[in-house]
Amino acid sequence: MAIWLTENSKIIVQGMTGGEGTKHTRRMLASGAKVVGGVNARKAGTTHEGLPVFGTVREAMEQTRADVSVVFVPPKFTKDAVKEAIDAEIPLCVVITEGVPVHDSTEFWAYAVAKGNKTRIIGPNCPGIASPGSSNAGIIPADITTAGRIGLVSKSGTLTYQLMYELRDFGFSTAVGIGGDPVIGTTHIDALQAFQEDPGTDAIVMIGEIGGDAEERAAAYIEQHVSKPVVAYVAGFTAPEGKTMGHAGAIVSGSAGTAQAKKEALEKVGVRVGKTPSETARLMREIMQAR
Amino acid sequence: MDLFEHQAKELFADYGIPVPRGIVAHTVEEVRSAATELTGRVVVKAQVKTGGRGKAGGVKVADDAADAVAKAEVILGMDIKGHTVHKVLIEEASAIAEEYYFSFLLDRANRTFLAICSAAGGMDIEEVAHTSPDKVAKVPVSALTGIDRAKAREIAVAGGLPEKALDGAAELIEKLWCCFVDEDATLVEVNPMILSADGQVKALDGKVTLDENAAFRQADHEALADKAAEDPLEAKAKEKDLNYVKLDGNVGIIGNGAGLVMSTLDVVAYAGEAFPGKPSPANFLDIGGGASAEVMAAGLEIILSDPSVKSIFVNVFGGITACDAVANGIVSAFKLLDSRGESVTHPLVVRLDGNNAQLGRQILADAALPRVELVDTMDDAAKRAAELAAVGA
Repeated sequence: MAIWLTENSKIIVQGMTGGEGTKHTRRMLASGAKVVGGVNARKAGTTHEGLPVFGTVREAMEQTRADVSVVFVPPKFTKDAVKEAIDAEIPLCVVITEGVPVHDSTEFWAYAVAKGNKTRIIGPNCPGIASPGSSNAGIIPADITTAGRIGLVSKSGTLTYQLMYELRDFGFSTAVGIGGDPVIGTTHIDALQAFQEDPGTDAIVMIGEIGGDAEERAAAYIEQHVSKPVVAYVAGFTAPEGKTMGHAGAIVSGSAGTAQAKKEALEKVGVRVGKTPSETARLMREIMQAR
Repeated sequence: MDLFEHQAKELFADYGIPVPRGIVAHTVEEVRSAATELTGRVVVKAQVKTGGRGKAGGVKVADDAADAVAKAEVILGMDIKGHTVHKVLIEEASAIAEEYYFSFLLDRANRTFLAICSAAGGMDIEEVAHTSPDKVAKVPVSALTGIDRAKAREIAVAGGLPEKALDGAAELIEKLWCCFVDEDATLVEVNPMILSADGQVKALDGKVTLDENAAFRQADHEALADKAAEDPLEAKAKEKDLNYVKLDGNVGIIGNGAGLVMSTLDVVAYAGEAFPGKPSPANFLDIGGGASAEVMAAGLEIILSDPSVKSIFVNVFGGITACDAVANGIVSAFKLLDSRGESVTHPLVVRLDGNNAQLGRQILADAALPRVELVDTMDDAAKRAAELAAVGA
């Protein structure tokens, strides 16, 4: 079992014909994911990587019954690409693109809400979602872990890979990279809720980082609604105030958004927080071994 | 990117928002001529990108040009929360009847924009928001529908602004929204927004943060960057398109992925606590998922040119780019630097994990690079890098 992405998921790639789109379409196909086509209005009717290219998301869905879109288009076209996916009512839209202006992501989020939230958006600026052994929508390396019963939700790509790798002997139901931008579609809370409800997930790893208060809100949610064990890691304890560390959302302003505040909020509701990624993996290992 | 007050006000003026007449001055001579030109009472305002200037003594009213010079002599060079004052804004003094607060900003938690408005503006707005939250109106603004004059007026009413200020405030708020959207800002703040003695609503201060992700459609924003204040290493890294932030420790850090590098900084700082002098990270440097030889070389070059660096920690997780490719990148980077006569003389600790980790470690072992040590785990590698920095210090 898994959340949001299963072996039956049919994936289309918006921006498949570009460099990144081509590279990761190949990787997704190699990992066994069912990629069924791509979208590029200027190359409609052609084939790319052996897959049909469609003019619109709607047309691709009608022809292939696709239910997942992965977006690789450049930042200046991302807003329109996501709004197109929302108009077509595709159930899941994974936005990999990095560097999307926050006015654009705020607008496409408002658009999704106005259209009744029929499309789940993951990202932008995220590695995507992988259900090991079943499917892979995005750029998470498929071969670093195995299928298992741990769920993972993370703001950071490489930290996701690190934990997936360290816990590869237990394996994962689904790993979701929600992205490090200030405005994102799917949140820690959305993933926590889905993992709590997923019979294929026994325990949850949550990776956060400085900036905003998403981890604090996740802690409040865990206290009320999550009975499965949660282990967390927060990056950025030593990051100075006012400096952006790579992710546009990772900035400490004043007393808000510090790693210490996030750690305290999580520990207060019984979440064990690792001091390093390896210690976090060890905490999860203890939980899985005790089962 | 945060703007200086004078830049924010120049931007406001472009959108037709009333601001006091003002002139920027970098020297006492420039202050004298600015104050002479403006005539009468002026305000001398320190230009630093931080709040609390007034409380720190960085904003003073002057009666005439001579007084302005006297005030500026104190303010220029002053340190406000770690920011040195290099320039002042000389502005005509306004006859203030009332002070309000207004801002548009990004509400991350609710994934929408927010207007904040209060009749209790001025230096103590944060205190007011804390003790009397009912005096501060927070109104969500949809990115789809935005703000028109009627909505702007509603917000001003919600903030408790008096009838006499409503027309002027609504006009200012509507124009400020245009500025917020058209400039791809994540914050526009006017504190205080004043009602002048002659009944005009004006922006007496301005704080603007611009979204650097929007640079592709905001060509004129680059000119607003404060090049002089940039750390020279950060400026050099920027030219090479590297994601680098200078910190004040002595362990150079290179890693792939923002989250992993932030985590590396933490792990090194923890490890450093056990060693003399408490070695800590000298920088943040994310070479991205790809980790090519060219980028690795460029990164090493920047770190080697930082005189405070005593040891270097390369922390890479091989995902999309497997560890053998990363190892080859490191070997090529050493060759590249050697050929430029910039050989690596610092001890370098490398931790490779993930796809093809064994193969990557073998490549590095075979290359027998001088002063390179391989350590298997991130925690142990951080300890070793901190230890080497302590020895080298």
